[in-house]
Amino acid sequence: MISKLQKGWATVAAGAALGCAGLVSLGRAQQGPSAPAELQMLPVQGNVYLLAGAGGNIAVQVGSQGTLVVDTGLANRSEQILASIHKLTPKPIQYIINTHVHADHTGGNDTLRKAGATYTGANVTANLTDVKLGAQVFSHDNVLQRMSAPSGKQALRAFGDWPTLTFFGDKKQMSFNGEPIEILHQPAAHTDGDSIVFFRRSDVIAAGDIFLTTTYPFIDLGRGGSIQGEINALNNIIDITVPLRQEEGGTYVIPGHGRIADRFEVVEYRDMVTIVRDRIRAGMKDGMTLDQIKAAHPTLDYDYRYGAQTGFSRPDAFVEAVYQSLAKSQ
Amino acid sequence: MKILILGAILISAPAFAQGPGSYNPGSAPGLDLAGNWGPVFHEDAPERGPGPELVNFLGIPITDRARLAGLSYDASRFTVPEHQCEVHGVQYMYRGPMNLRIWEERDPVTQELIAVKQYIDNYEQTRTIWMDGRPHPSEYAPHTWMGFSTGQWEGNALTVTTTHIKRGWIRRNGLRSSDQAVLTEHFIRHENHLTHITILNDPDSLTEPFIRSQDFIPRSLNGQGWLYPCDAVVEIERPRGAVPHYLPGKNPFIGEFANRYKIPVEAALGGAETMYPEFQLKLKRRADAPAAQK
Repeated sequence: MISKLQKGWATVAAGAALGCAGLVSLGRAQQGPSAPAELQMLPVQGNVYLLAGAGGNIAVQVGSQGTLVVDTGLANRSEQILASIHKLTPKPIQYIINTHVHADHTGGNDTLRKAGATYTGANVTANLTDVKLGAQVFSHDNVLQRMSAPSGKQALRAFGDWPTLTFFGDKKQMSFNGEPIEILHQPAAHTDGDSIVFFRRSDVIAAGDIFLTTTYPFIDLGRGGSIQGEINALNNIIDITVPLRQEEGGTYVIPGHGRIADRFEVVEYRDMVTIVRDRIRAGMKDGMTLDQIKAAHPTLDYDYRYGAQTGFSRPDAFVEAVYQSLAKSQ
Repeated sequence: MKILILGAILISAPAFAQGPGSYNPGSAPGLDLAGNWGPVFHEDAPERGPGPELVNFLGIPITDRARLAGLSYDASRFTVPEHQCEVHGVQYMYRGPMNLRIWEERDPVTQELIAVKQYIDNYEQTRTIWMDGRPHPSEYAPHTWMGFSTGQWEGNALTVTTTHIKRGWIRRNGLRSSDQAVLTEHFIRHENHLTHITILNDPDSLTEPFIRSQDFIPRSLNGQGWLYPCDAVVEIERPRGAVPHYLPGKNPFIGEFANRYKIPVEAALGGAETMYPEFQLKLKRRADAPAAQK
């Protein structure tokens, strides 16, 4: 079965830019290559909208004070992102929150930040020439560490992409547009700088790439990710989501990629990741090598749905990441 | 023969003329399905009542992926609080006991048919079948237990197409459809008998369309739903995030159904081949082969 499917992968054009090519599931790949994604703005709940199609999903919170976005998509979609947001509201972006460091979620930081505004109060704005800083960019400090570099060394990302305000510890709280917002750090999950963003009045969570409806999670071991941290983070999301009734609705979750979800979808995803982890761990306990575990296809039942054609969410890449992460923790 | 055909037309015509299409300009004729309906359990009663045996996948055109998922399934998963209140999705719910109330939603001014609505009391689900030609939602829209349905009259049958369905049962012993499944249904009324045919297409779980039928008769069981409201509680203390499942090759029930009915495990494991009579011949030939060699 796998070999037939793998043949199918080879026929799929890998045209999309950056990591997004890997974020089309194997099942969808069999339907043939798709046209470049159009941006779509969908209301989620309360003040929060989903802007999809610009790389990683973008959550947009609007209100009387201004606009807040969670993640900024790919750099080359920035103008379209701004145009979509301006159709929704004329108010400027005041805050940007990055869920993690990857470029499909932070590529538009510079452009969106510059297009935004920071209001610092009447006694300041009238007098300082440098007050037009643009929007503030928040993230966990590890995002800044991954983008920047010590003095004298080459930074991985341009200065304009960097967060302007970072936090340490488990969370940062803020209030905007009359809504309490919690930025909750998830240690060593997809990366070491992951945060989920909880809009408490709208009852919406932006989960970043901890939760996807499209592919397996990318456990970025090189940037401090781990399988156990990923599972812990999914369980943390489950802990704060409350269904309206019958495991449907209530708290909505915006994944890093894919469709608007509720707790049920996160539970299904948690189950999948946990079951795969358990299978690989059992194989390791039985003395199987990585190649033997890969050959046993421990993800077979999920590959059609979550196996990406290319990139880090390919079934064998996911198995290898889980194996390496478990080996590291032993 | 001509007399018989004419007779059939005469019997059918008044029913068509009285249907909503007759006073719904621009719409094809259809039959009014409105009313309270209760299921008749003359088909598949053991599966629909007490439930299917574990590892009984016989006669279902499942993929290898769905089989592995089914063999991994441990019913204890439904003791985990976040699984306890899951609803039988639209792809399965008509198999169970319920009261099915159907009514029409019409534009108050033009009387155009906007939607056919259903309330299924056992699962507290209200279902909307849009009849006004609207498109299905974006791929980024949430999935629900009832999915997003559009319908049209095809003769005297209401044909419904449903997308955006949450994962749910194909058979409630571990066989589940994916969120990519598309359900086609035909609601066909014959006087006081409603036949409901479901055709499930799912490229992840099924190699062929899976077709089932259920029947309903007029009956009001309003208020007798016994499954909901549901309140989840911790039934078994487990480590945080534990997901009950069987590792590959470790399902202890793999031979239970097969042994009870003295059929090969291969048959119990299902697949498209097991749907067809030729599969019985294949098993028989295999059983006869050793005897012939003697």
